[in-house]
Amino acid sequence: MTARSTQSLAMSPAHKMAVAFARILRGAGIEVPLDSVIIFVGALSKVGLENRDDVYWAAYATLIRRHEDTQIFDRAFTVFWDQLIAVDTSAYEQETESVTLLIDSEDTNNDESNTEPIDDDENTIALRFSSVESLREKDFSAYSDAELREAEQFMASLKLAGPPKRSLRLQKTNSKGSRHDIRRTMRAVLRNDGEPIERYWREPSTKLRRLVVLLDISGSMEPYARALLRFMHAAVVGRQRVEAFTLGTRLTRITRELANRDPDRALARTSAQVSDWSGGTRLGECLQNFNNNWGVGSLARGSIFVILSDGWDRGEPQVLAEQMLRLQRVAYRVIWVNPLKVSPGYAPLARGMAAAMPHIDDFVEGHSLEALRELTEIISRESHESKTTRKVVSHA
Amino acid sequence: MNLQSVADVRSALDENNYLASDGLATAVFLAISLNRPLLLEGEAGVGKTELAKVLATIRNSELIRLQCYEGIDAAQAMYDWDYSRQLLHLRTVEATGEATSIGAEKLEGQLYSERFLIRRALLQAIDQHSGVSPVLLIDEIDRADDEFEAYLLEVLSDFQITIPELGTYKATTPPLVVLTSNRTRDVHDALKRRCLYHWVEHPDFDREVEIVKRRVPQVAETLARQVAAAVEALRKMQLYKPPGVAETIDWATALGRLGVGELDESVVQATLGTVLKYREDHERVRDNGVATLVKQAFERGLYSN
Repeated sequence: MTARSTQSLAMSPAHKMAVAFARILRGAGIEVPLDSVIIFVGALSKVGLENRDDVYWAAYATLIRRHEDTQIFDRAFTVFWDQLIAVDTSAYEQETESVTLLIDSEDTNNDESNTEPIDDDENTIALRFSSVESLREKDFSAYSDAELREAEQFMASLKLAGPPKRSLRLQKTNSKGSRHDIRRTMRAVLRNDGEPIERYWREPSTKLRRLVVLLDISGSMEPYARALLRFMHAAVVGRQRVEAFTLGTRLTRITRELANRDPDRALARTSAQVSDWSGGTRLGECLQNFNNNWGVGSLARGSIFVILSDGWDRGEPQVLAEQMLRLQRVAYRVIWVNPLKVSPGYAPLARGMAAAMPHIDDFVEGHSLEALRELTEIISRESHESKTTRKVVSHA
Repeated sequence: MNLQSVADVRSALDENNYLASDGLATAVFLAISLNRPLLLEGEAGVGKTELAKVLATIRNSELIRLQCYEGIDAAQAMYDWDYSRQLLHLRTVEATGEATSIGAEKLEGQLYSERFLIRRALLQAIDQHSGVSPVLLIDEIDRADDEFEAYLLEVLSDFQITIPELGTYKATTPPLVVLTSNRTRDVHDALKRRCLYHWVEHPDFDREVEIVKRRVPQVAETLARQVAAAVEALRKMQLYKPPGVAETIDWATALGRLGVGELDESVVQATLGTVLKYREDHERVRDNGVATLVKQAFERGLYSN
């Protein structure tokens, strides 16, 4: 109903305001679907346009869907409101066209057509295959851009399943004696004209464990970060229940940014989201932030937890050790991937690495495709003897 | 209760001892007047669930609560058939020899009638014909599986549930829906788009003092101020689990029960367990010095800022 009135040329001040503000928000990088704008118009009709606070909260309730966006929203609103006071609202007259524009852009967004070249010429396949073969052992730090692209395909082929977790959800089973499936039994009774011939059973099913990946993007990790980020992209796109974060001077959640199937778009969005590329490292503090806001409460619980980092930490090693301990208590398995591990004579002497070592279940390399393939094997490994031995150590 | 403006909502909440911020009051008002579900996120213990309860009191309506958990499905959230009673019914019909006379089709019709329908929370909330529409609280939606959100979509956008054997149930007046999430995972965008959103913050000092006074009337003003100040200081201490309003109230209640007039070091030591639930947090407070905490609380408690 509200949408129809937009079609008539005369737009009410509420419409103008809503559309104009939505445009500002979109410009600031917040996703604002058209239906949210329509609800916003409805909200404005209830609270009026006069009071700044009312408009602010109406906009917040209708246009924002993530707490992280609050800061950007605040800034955008301030800009918007000041402009509104300064400029007459009729300045937004031409906005009618932009509505159609938006629908278009939304359509292209939804249409997630992955434009990968599907040239199934046998020659090209063979070529690609061999070049990936030769890349297998090569250190990521020596990769060219073209080689990175080749590597992407290999990464996408890695299967990151991991041992399943018992779920509360019940599924059909043939084994007797677990739990009675009265629903199916009843249906069978009806089929047999009321004769209870067979009983059916259910048992708990299993589900995929959450995989949490943290990538260190500090200066010392720079040669590896671009390759490992592609690995994370392959993980987020290729598997369900993956969460991705970057660590540097601060913690940034990049799961949503990486979720785009097109690697170039995904990486571009991620770069825009992360503000501390190649800076310093505060592993301990970042991990603390992660534990407090995401990890210990929920995300890391029962998960397979992977940190991609060289372990150089400018903060207090004590903080890192404490946070790793917390993490290990709730995670199913903690895997530390260190690209430097491969160098001859490497010992985990970096302060951060040394502090974290006692709280790690698996310590692996991550410098080449082959190393990543091994990592996926470790993730998928069913048994985890290291866990039991480690438990003894931590109690001692 | 007539809720015609944001101010109405705020004062109604206020009368029921729920002190809402401007943002929350606006969000509630809009949820009521636009008939939209309200999605609340925020730290544990800031009063998300409590809001739904108070709203039910204000509207003088029923509160229907759906606690989400992993593996919850339509049979537990919408409706189920009472299979045991159906079987019994079948047996009886058979025993009395009625079965042959009424025929299979009619018998099946009997079995899948409202008589054997178990109404779960969502169906209850929608299939209401008398009085004010209820408040439907869908608690901790993030604990449910993604698939469950898909069920919710139909319910929350059209307020209707279709049961193949019986037809479609539609709410005459839609319930007021409050969803809460602790953000253990992102709720799907499709669901969020149908909702209004609000992030519930910890209250500021003055509001927290007021909350303590309202909720724990046996506690004197000075103590209420000191407790609120101490909690405020604790929240700045980088704890594993910073205390929420619920903990503040617990603490004040405990102190009231002990007959404490003012905070001092030994009292804080003895009762800290009502506020902090991690050994590490206790250690951190002890390392920082309980005396410092008491001193801060004392000073903040004395002067109104």
